[in-house]
Amino acid sequence: MKCVIEGGNVKALGHAVHALSRVGDHLYLEPSDAGLSLRAASASRSAFASFFFAPLFFQRYEPGPPGTRCKVLMKSFLGVFRSLPTLDKSVERCLVLLRPCAGQLVLQLHCKHGVTRTHQLAFQECERLQAIFDTQRCASRLRAPAQVLAEAVVHFPQTLAEVTLGAAAGGRIGLRSHLEEGSEPGKAMVTELWLAPDEFQEVAVVPGSCITFCLKEFRGLLSFAEASSLPLTIHYDDPGRPAIFTLDDSLMEAHLVLATLLDPESDSQPPPATNGSISHPPAPSDDFADDLESYMVALGSSACEGEAGEPPSPTFSLHTPRPEKSDPEEEEEEYGAVPGTPPHKKFRSLFFGSVLTPRGPGPAPSQEVLAEDSDAEC
Amino acid sequence: MRFRAKIVDLACLNHFSRVINTIAKLAKSCTLRLTVSKLYFILSDRVANGGVSMWCELCQGNFFDEYQMEGVAVDHNEIYLELVPENLSRALKTAQSAKAVKIKLTNKHSPCLRVAVELPSLSSSSRIVTHDIPVKVIPRRLWNDFREPSVPDFDVSIYLPALKTMKSIVERMKNISNCIVIEANLSGEMNLKIETDVVSVTTHFKDLGNPPWASEDGCQSSAQDRDLQSMAEARIDIKKLQQLLVGQQVNPTKALCNIVSKRIVHFVLLHEDVSLQYFIPALA
Repeated sequence: MKCVIEGGNVKALGHAVHALSRVGDHLYLEPSDAGLSLRAASASRSAFASFFFAPLFFQRYEPGPPGTRCKVLMKSFLGVFRSLPTLDKSVERCLVLLRPCAGQLVLQLHCKHGVTRTHQLAFQECERLQAIFDTQRCASRLRAPAQVLAEAVVHFPQTLAEVTLGAAAGGRIGLRSHLEEGSEPGKAMVTELWLAPDEFQEVAVVPGSCITFCLKEFRGLLSFAEASSLPLTIHYDDPGRPAIFTLDDSLMEAHLVLATLLDPESDSQPPPATNGSISHPPAPSDDFADDLESYMVALGSSACEGEAGEPPSPTFSLHTPRPEKSDPEEEEEEYGAVPGTPPHKKFRSLFFGSVLTPRGPGPAPSQEVLAEDSDAEC
Repeated sequence: MRFRAKIVDLACLNHFSRVINTIAKLAKSCTLRLTVSKLYFILSDRVANGGVSMWCELCQGNFFDEYQMEGVAVDHNEIYLELVPENLSRALKTAQSAKAVKIKLTNKHSPCLRVAVELPSLSSSSRIVTHDIPVKVIPRRLWNDFREPSVPDFDVSIYLPALKTMKSIVERMKNISNCIVIEANLSGEMNLKIETDVVSVTTHFKDLGNPPWASEDGCQSSAQDRDLQSMAEARIDIKKLQQLLVGQQVNPTKALCNIVSKRIVHFVLLHEDVSLQYFIPALA
């Protein structure tokens, strides 16, 4: 595979690599005729990220023979793109050359003043890394400019591991620090913020729904989104089912799939026995400026004001990973539902269901697949 | 027991945040004392703190547009809270463009200082971020532990050199030695000294000036009778000094230190509306 990236797209590639570096320790390079995919997955398989670049993203793109792919240590690959300001200011062109049979993975940066930096990276051949997920099966969807989400997330401490996203009855979307299980309630600071529905470009959520996911990987994608000024779409379903974050434009697509906590976020009072709704702080009143008092009082009572979940909206604009041209003779990398997550967390791991047959309409009922695979064409 | 306060002015908010940042650098956990007119951040000289103590005083009127405090009892109209100042610092960090910041003492599941930041947003309603900072209410019987420390019977009192200069010197000295000797005399001279087996480094400051302390009941007599050239010195933990200097984000109006030879160094940093006293005991 040989490709050349020019100008501002080098920085975009750099941002993508930075976002991927938050997810996993290895970067998977998977070129195909349709474009180049960069992927990463966390060791516990609770997070998966994929950046797909169409051929038009490149000044020159030659995918090479099918099956050309490799995985590299994230640290090595990231090292080439470490300094984003430098990429922006001095790098004019980037060449990526992958010839597994010749043992070559070369990254060459052509910089200003005639300087060329050539990096030869060690790599391993590998199988495809593919997560199975289907945004169509997600009951809730939100889309917002990256800046809105970035401005929201900035209020949470950098050390915070997980955050809970919730939809209140009035359409407001809230974010709240998630306290680790076992941590004393009176010790850690809890941050909460609410966004009005009109800050989003699209809100199609189940009222009262909420999910808890890792902030670190999300922040990584958010930085990419901010740099590219693209809106970010969040697809989510019930707690325990993966949350899918996507953004795209004509030249590229990014997906981040994160496992969500299985247990609903529990307040000190048990959730009320409504049909399936999660115990959730009620939405603050609309008149923010003056009503902070009652808002704070209302926050104190954890009675759920959300209505019972409505049936999920069935029609969503589908955003699935572009189907790779898969060779039917290849063995897909198989991951069973590996309980690889750290034992103290209740993340369900994962959505790497084993794929034994060419993608059909759905997995065998006996398999524990958390999100059905969506690719119909092979 | 009730406490609610509101800051609306951005400059006041900025200033308040800077004070909190300074406190956060000096103490992992400290006591916040609220009275009708003032706020105090207090660190008492326990062994856990390495003998360091701190007393920081702010006039609430200089920061808050609204301030309501009802203490534990009518005749003890004060509130003492134990908190982690870093939490407060973090809550205020992202509030620098806020329309308003409200702080309130609440007790939902456990006592908290709730900081509610109202931020401007492009939508019709403001964005509100709340931070619940856990606090512990300190019972009245323990209030005696947090009395204002008295100015020690010092041997020398001297104005400090430019804090920025002092900070960069101390930072470099920290790489060489764990303790530093501060010595000064009544002729406006101060030396910062470190010494190891292989090297000793001294920085000399001149013409610093000595603050005139009014003698009350002759309690400063030890300073008054003193030979002007004679140095009073104390050997202190360099990290504690560095913490104090690093935390200063704005140049104080007045900065001085009182040295009790071989016992303690008392730093006093005065701003327009905030005063900070910091005691570092001498090492054995």
